Amino acid sequence: MNYNWNWGIFFEPSPEGTGTYADMLLSGLLWTIATALCSWVIAFCLGSVIGVLRTLPNKAANAVGTAYVELFRNIPLLVQMFLWYFVLPEVLPQAWGNWLKQLPNAPFYTGVVCLGFFTASRVAEQVRAGIQSLPRGQRMAGTAMGFTVAQTYRYVLLPNAYRIILPPLTSEFLNNLKNTSVALTIGLLELTARARSMQEFSFQVFEAFTAATLLYVFINLIVITAASFIERSVAIPGQR
Amino acid sequence: MTSTPMPAPTPSNPVAPAGQAPTDDGLQTGNLTQPGTRTGETMIAIDNVSKWYGDFQVLTNCTTSVAKGEVVVVCGPSGSGKSTLIKTVNALEPFQKGQITVAGTKVLDKSTNLPKLRSRVGMVFQHFELFPHLTITDNLTIAQRKVLKRGSEDAKKRGLDLLARVGLSAHAHKFPGQLSGGQQQRVAIARALAMNPVVMLFDEPTSALDPEMVGEVLDVMVELAKEGMTMMVVTHEMGFARKVADRVIFMDRGEIVEDAHKDDFFGKPRSERAQTFLSKILQH
Ligand SMILES: Nc1ncnc2c1ncn2[C@@H]1O[C@H](COP(=O)(O)OP(=O)(O)OP(=O)(O)O)[C@@H](O)[C@H]1O
Ligand SMILES: [Mg+2]
Repeated sequence: MNYNWNWGIFFEPSPEGTGTYADMLLSGLLWTIATALCSWVIAFCLGSVIGVLRTLPNKAANAVGTAYVELFRNIPLLVQMFLWYFVLPEVLPQAWGNWLKQLPNAPFYTGVVCLGFFTASRVAEQVRAGIQSLPRGQRMAGTAMGFTVAQTYRYVLLPNAYRIILPPLTSEFLNNLKNTSVALTIGLLELTARARSMQEFSFQVFEAFTAATLLYVFINLIVITAASFIERSVAIPGQR
Repeated sequence: MTSTPMPAPTPSNPVAPAGQAPTDDGLQTGNLTQPGTRTGETMIAIDNVSKWYGDFQVLTNCTTSVAKGEVVVVCGPSGSGKSTLIKTVNALEPFQKGQITVAGTKVLDKSTNLPKLRSRVGMVFQHFELFPHLTITDNLTIAQRKVLKRGSEDAKKRGLDLLARVGLSAHAHKFPGQLSGGQQQRVAIARALAMNPVVMLFDEPTSALDPEMVGEVLDVMVELAKEGMTMMVVTHEMGFARKVADRVIFMDRGEIVEDAHKDDFFGKPRSERAQTFLSKILQH
């Protein structure tokens, strides 16, 4: 292999004229983090609602929850990106479609919403599993104390379910973070997109993707550390 | 502890001053409830209740009643529908036919506020079902605060009083997982009592316990019965039934086969099924 290694490339100005290649990668990293965090907020809230719907003693609620999960879990994420970005503005009333198309940072908003809805289906499954893994008597005890259904979830079921599903939720968070790279297909200038343009401009493919890889690993490690900290701080004394 | 002076401990108000927390060993005597007087007023009326799971009939035309201050023990073979029957009283289990009235409120009525009704019907489960993520204090207060809308100070005071009365003051700050089964069940009883229930339901409260812990839980229940609490107790502890029950209900295959005064039941049950059951259960 005849390859010109150049680790100094990161400190050379990028052709975009706004800084070095390192700056370019870092700005990609920031978009990755912003997209991951914003979409996680949607995924967590919506996913919790959908997961709860699937465990309610109500057939219609179960059906809505199941339909959501099956729809969003079974369409490839890439296809969902395209649907949200290219198809949705066309099928909406024209004024809304135009408004969407001229949004500044449209790839960011679209990516956030798309990922949020996609990951929500996965969070929903975890929440459902967590609630269903609790002893049946817990729901009964809450109900018998006079809690409404909402109160039983709020004060009894969810605090326990979330604790149980913390490890799988962490891995969903990491998946969500990695999935942000799919948004490069709709033009989001996140980390992977930035590594790719660096490679296209400079032909230093190995340096570019080594840097991207290390940055992904680095944030993943931070997330894992944070998650184990959270896990320890919400652990219940005396519980096996 | 606040700086307000503690009320002087009296027999009827045995609030243990800080530093003199009662030990686990003895149940504090004192009123767990406002003593009920047996006025003959009906607290629970179960009227011709039937329930099906699909085609399978779990309850068949069950009719009985529990008067205020009465202690009724429900026994019968496994699968006979005892748990199901007791859970219909606070509508934890829905039923398709008949009616149940608790303290004048119809359970099977669209206009009944079920959470409100349930908040005044204490229930104690076989597996305790304390809320594992909450401290003992929070277990005792959360429903008082969120359902009865009591202030946190009032709720805490009532919770801790009851905790003292089941002899567990020293454990207020712990989590359920840090207590033994017997201790958890006593907390569960205190938690139910904290809501000032008009009736207490027990579904095999001692059958998940190691034998050496059965006594401490039964002691609390005996105390409660003596103070006039209206109780419906599913149990196989015939010693408890002998000691405090007024009536014994014997169920088999979803039916109330026998509903008799305690002495009549233990003297000589009328039905053969109850006789067989009794001879089996009294053997060991
Ligand atoms: N969800 C359910 N679906 C179908 N059948 C059920 C359900 N729950 C209970 N049963 C059946 O109803 C019958 C009565 O059950 P129940 O739990 O009331 O009995 P039990 O007298 O409390 O028995 P045990 O002494 O074992 O607790 C049993 O035959 C049981 O198999
Ligand atoms: Mg049972």
